[in-house]
Amino acid sequence: MLMADHDMRTTAPDSGLRIKTEVKAPAPAPAVARDSEPDIICRSVNLAYGDNHTLHDITMDIDDRRVTALIGPSGCGKSTLLRCFNRMNDLIDNVRIWGEIRVKSVDINAPATDVIEVRRRVGMVFQKSNPFPKSIYENVIYGLRIAGINDKTTLDEACERSLKGAALWDEVKDRLDESGLSLSGGQMQRLCIARAIAVEPEIVLMDEPCSALDPIATLKIEELIFQLKERYTIVIVTHNLQQAARVSDKTAFFWLGRLVEYGPTAEMFTAPKDKLTEDYITGRFG
Amino acid sequence: MDLRKAFSRGDHLVWLTGSALGISLLMILGLLLVILTNGLGIFWPSPIEQVTLDDGSIVAGEPMQRQPIPNPGQPDHLQKHRVQLKVGNRDLYGFDFKWMDEAAIAKRERPSGIYLVERSEYGPLIGTPVRVLEGEKEVASGADAAAALAGLVDKAVRDRREVRAIEKDEIGAVNYDIERIRLQRRKLDYREKQGGAGDLSASRRKLDERETALKARYAELEEKLAKRMEGAGSSRVVFRTVDGQVKELRAFDMYRAYPANDLSWLGRARVYASRLWGFLADEPREANTEGGIFPAIFGTVMMVFLMSLAVVPLGVLAALYLREYAKQGLLVRTVRIAVNNLAGVPSIVFGVFGLGFFVYFVGGGIDRIFFPEALPTPTYGTGGILWASMTLALLTVPVVIVAAEEALAAVPRSMREASLAMGATKFQTILRVVLPAAAPGILTGLILAMARAAGEVAPLMLTGVVKLAPELPLDGFFPFFHLDRKFMHLGFHIYDVGFQSPNVEAAKPMVYTTTVFLLVIVVMLNMTAITVRNYLREKYKTSAF
Repeated sequence: MLMADHDMRTTAPDSGLRIKTEVKAPAPAPAVARDSEPDIICRSVNLAYGDNHTLHDITMDIDDRRVTALIGPSGCGKSTLLRCFNRMNDLIDNVRIWGEIRVKSVDINAPATDVIEVRRRVGMVFQKSNPFPKSIYENVIYGLRIAGINDKTTLDEACERSLKGAALWDEVKDRLDESGLSLSGGQMQRLCIARAIAVEPEIVLMDEPCSALDPIATLKIEELIFQLKERYTIVIVTHNLQQAARVSDKTAFFWLGRLVEYGPTAEMFTAPKDKLTEDYITGRFG
Repeated sequence: MDLRKAFSRGDHLVWLTGSALGISLLMILGLLLVILTNGLGIFWPSPIEQVTLDDGSIVAGEPMQRQPIPNPGQPDHLQKHRVQLKVGNRDLYGFDFKWMDEAAIAKRERPSGIYLVERSEYGPLIGTPVRVLEGEKEVASGADAAAALAGLVDKAVRDRREVRAIEKDEIGAVNYDIERIRLQRRKLDYREKQGGAGDLSASRRKLDERETALKARYAELEEKLAKRMEGAGSSRVVFRTVDGQVKELRAFDMYRAYPANDLSWLGRARVYASRLWGFLADEPREANTEGGIFPAIFGTVMMVFLMSLAVVPLGVLAALYLREYAKQGLLVRTVRIAVNNLAGVPSIVFGVFGLGFFVYFVGGGIDRIFFPEALPTPTYGTGGILWASMTLALLTVPVVIVAAEEALAAVPRSMREASLAMGATKFQTILRVVLPAAAPGILTGLILAMARAAGEVAPLMLTGVVKLAPELPLDGFFPFFHLDRKFMHLGFHIYDVGFQSPNVEAAKPMVYTTTVFLLVIVVMLNMTAITVRNYLREKYKTSAF
């Protein structure tokens, strides 16, 4: 409805931003065989806080072991949608969700679905790094502890594997018993990533993971995302368009709770189909 | 103009607020100063003054105070003075203190050789040792008697300790077992009366056998005690007071003796230290006016611990429900207001409630179900340390609930979300993330609760505090914690010594000293809790920024 008024332009807008993003085009897909079926399937997903209808008929598929970026101006519903994927919106009173969300072909909003299991399979990294006030070691293995795993060797292995996976092992391997809060901002965020991947999730959701970080730390996280997508499906919400262009394979643009455009990142940033998308990525609003 | 400028700048407000703070600080300092000087000075041995009056009578004692004599309307109004001496020897004189007009005093001196002897009865004795008797035989006299005094006192201390060990530990244990046999026998009677218990004569026979054995052991111990007393007992010291009266004192009854006017500075310090230690570590004597306050310290600390054990789980669980589980709304708001108001209810009201609910209802119920054989003698259906602690826990639980709720609310949402997003249940999140992060705030609540509980007296008087408890609520006899026992408490001790004692004037210093130690105990309990809190705060610092 909203998009109907816009003419479908195929030519790329001439903008410095676009050129910059083109330089860092996403890396080729890993050689690992991927599922042909999408990891997350959304069919007409709607969400309302009380009377406030914030998501309208979102229909999109998120591919296995790809990075999908959700972009859009503040309040467009991208974080809300992200939080639907691991049912974090349950924590808010008065939330109603209808439509269908399937994660690995499980209808996560079905009454029989165990929310704990959903969250175990769909990890999440938050905007503000939020390590627990515990040691680095305990932070990483938190998910295993709550799953009831107390075997020392299993935990040690998981800790090392996850920290290596989050490219943090070399920096902290000699001080695992120090508080997670003693790390720098970027390290803390990678610690949160390590914590998320320690339970071997299938999907990792990232809600503006770099917004509080300096450029160097951001770069490290982005490199990490490249590595992670070989094993995990990643959905990242970001305000940083260059970041979306750099790290993602597909990009979805949201505006006022609606999915405006969704397609391969390279295409989206070079030849947006929608006028709104073009205006947004060229910086005319947002 | 300048004044108006200063006024508009708010200088007067600075002065006003500053002086308010200053006055408060001065009052607190003054309070501490009064209590500390009065409380800690008392153990310092003062010299003994010997006073000869114009009529030729001689009095000796520790000078206490000097006052102007009021004589309204006359020219000498408040011009003349009188002095007060603590003369001791209550058994001889019938009083402890004596006032004398300075005008009637012919001579004042501090003669050497006068001793002050603390003893088991009648307050201190002031006099000169003249003879030491062993049985009917004189073993020392004059200066030798004085020299022998220190050794006799040391021996008395040792003897008393041994006698006490026999009385309390050995005979006490036998008595305890005999009492239990009596109760078991009553239990058998009770079961028989209830019917259907079968043949109990075997159990009875066993009890009889055990009792016979215990009684034999009791007789043995009695004999041992008598023998020990004999060994301790025959030495006596004869003292002569300044007015020529003679008093014979059993060495066994002496607690401390020192030549008040012949002490060096170091000697005084030693007497001071020994008295201070005695005050802390001994049991009270002479209707609490002498001896120490150890049982009261013990009772206070144990009560505060029991109260903490009860109040923390109760308060934290209640706060958890209010904050984490309850649906926020009118009902929860009402409950919160009620909880806050509960903190303002006068403590005596809690005392009455504790008596009615804990002592009579809960305690009486426990007695009917578990100790019916002992009835009508109550076991738990009477005041005791458990019920006093529970009453205080109830009194302080609002403080803990409020503090815990605030602490829970202060745990960042991001931390809960992190845990929930990992697949933790709400319960796991609370247990592993929220509670540890809220622990310092919860401890702040406990600190406030402990400070209030340690100073509370009124509810205790209804629920289990006594003037003199023969036994501590914790000892070496199974089951070690005797929560049904009555106990002593510093706050009540102050009241009792200060206002209920037969010899108020003599006990006055004890009031101050006990107050000092009540303050010390409260400060120490708080410091412990604060140290723990700071440690936790460091450990669970919620933000690095």
